[in-house]
Formats: sequence, structure tokens, C-alpha cells
Amino acid sequence: MTALLVALGGGLGSVLRYALGQRYDDRWHHGTLAANTGASLLLGACAGWALGGNALALVGTGFCGGLSTYSSLMVQTRDLGPVRGAAYLVGTIALGLAAAALGFAAAR
Amino acid sequence: MTPGPRHLLAVAAGGAGGAMLRYAATHAQPDGGGFPWTTFAINVVGSAVLAGLLLLPLARRSTVWAAALGPGALGGFTTFSATSEQARSLLADGRTGLAGAYVVGTLAAGLVAVVVVGALAPPLPEEDEL
Repeated sequence: MTALLVALGGGLGSVLRYALGQRYDDRWHHGTLAANTGASLLLGACAGWALGGNALALVGTGFCGGLSTYSSLMVQTRDLGPVRGAAYLVGTIALGLAAAALGFAAAR
Repeated sequence: MTPGPRHLLAVAAGGAGGAMLRYAATHAQPDGGGFPWTTFAINVVGSAVLAGLLLLPLARRSTVWAAALGPGALGGFTTFSATSEQARSLLADGRTGLAGAYVVGTLAAGLVAVVVVGALAPPLPEEDEL
């Protein structure tokens, strides 16, 4: 049951990320950045709400995990080259941390 | 090539499978309270496999399979949100050095992996990098 909820959330999150990327990624990967930041915000809130069990499996492990991506972040960073890649990577990580902190604080 | 409904379905199915695989890995070997080694390994391995995706004949032959495996399975398998939340939690506990080592260690290992594997593999089209 729990694994199925992870699969459901992961499928939905992945499609949303893909659609955001299709629509908004161009010279900069705005769509992927929005997906990673939004997923960090929501997962921070899941921690603030102290979600567990099936709710965490669906929303946190599944949806947030599917919506966010580390593999694309790495490949996109490499392909942007040293300067723009570093800016994209540092920006994504800083926004992700800030979003997780904001989500956690807002949910408590 | 404009991805259509079949690509979206492929990403959904791949993402579901990738997320389940990540869940199974963290279930078998939980991250615990220190350095999140399982999530670290998931993200580094997933990045390496995405960089080498077109070494797979299946992914070269079909854009639908490439979408299922790249943005789908590997996007669902790897997670950026967990690294953000884990780093936030470590910082909140005052474990600044560990948080820094985790964030920098993951991105450094991931970048080395995609550069090394990418040197051996055909370049990915834009739509498979999402």
C-alpha cells in the first residue's frame, strides 16, 4: 500500500516537472528550478507538519521526490558550462534550502 | 521533436517506478541521523546513469523510452527536495559542518559522475534533461 502511494505521488510529480520543463526551460532552466524549489518548499512543510505514514509516502517521498530531480540538475549544470552552470547550481541549492526552511517554519 | 501524450505517460510510469525504487532503497538502508548516505548514493548514481542514458540502445531507438527512463525513472529516483530538507534539518540541529559536507559532497560527486560518464556517452537532447 505504502509503495503504491509513493508510486502514485512519484508519477504525478514527475509529469508536473516534465511539463514545467517543457514549458519554461530555455536558456535558463526556469521550469526545473521552479520544480526543485516548489518540491523543497512542500517537503519542508511536510517536516513541519510532522507528516508520517501514508501521507508522507504520497506527498513527501512520492510527489516531492518525483517533482524534484538531482540527476537533471547535474546534467544541466554541466551543459551550462562553468560560469552559468555554477550560477544555476548555487542558485538552485540556495533557493531549495530557503524554500525548505520557509515551508518548515510556515507549517509549524 | 515535440513530446506528446505518449511521452507524458512514459514519464509518469517511469517516475512512479523510479520513486518506488528510491523508497525501497531508503527502506532497506535508512538515512538515519548522520550523513544521509543512501540519498547521497541515489543522487550520484542517478546522475551518472542519466549522463550515460544514450549508451542504452533502447533509449537511442525510441524517444518515448528515453522519456520514460530519463525524466521519468531517473528524475523520480533522484531527489533534490530531500537534500534541501536534510540540509535544513542538519543546520537546524547546529550541525553546520555536516550539512555543508553533505550539500557540497553530493554536488561534487554528482558533477564528477556526469562529466566522466558523459565523456563516454552521446550527448542528451534537451527534452531528456528535464
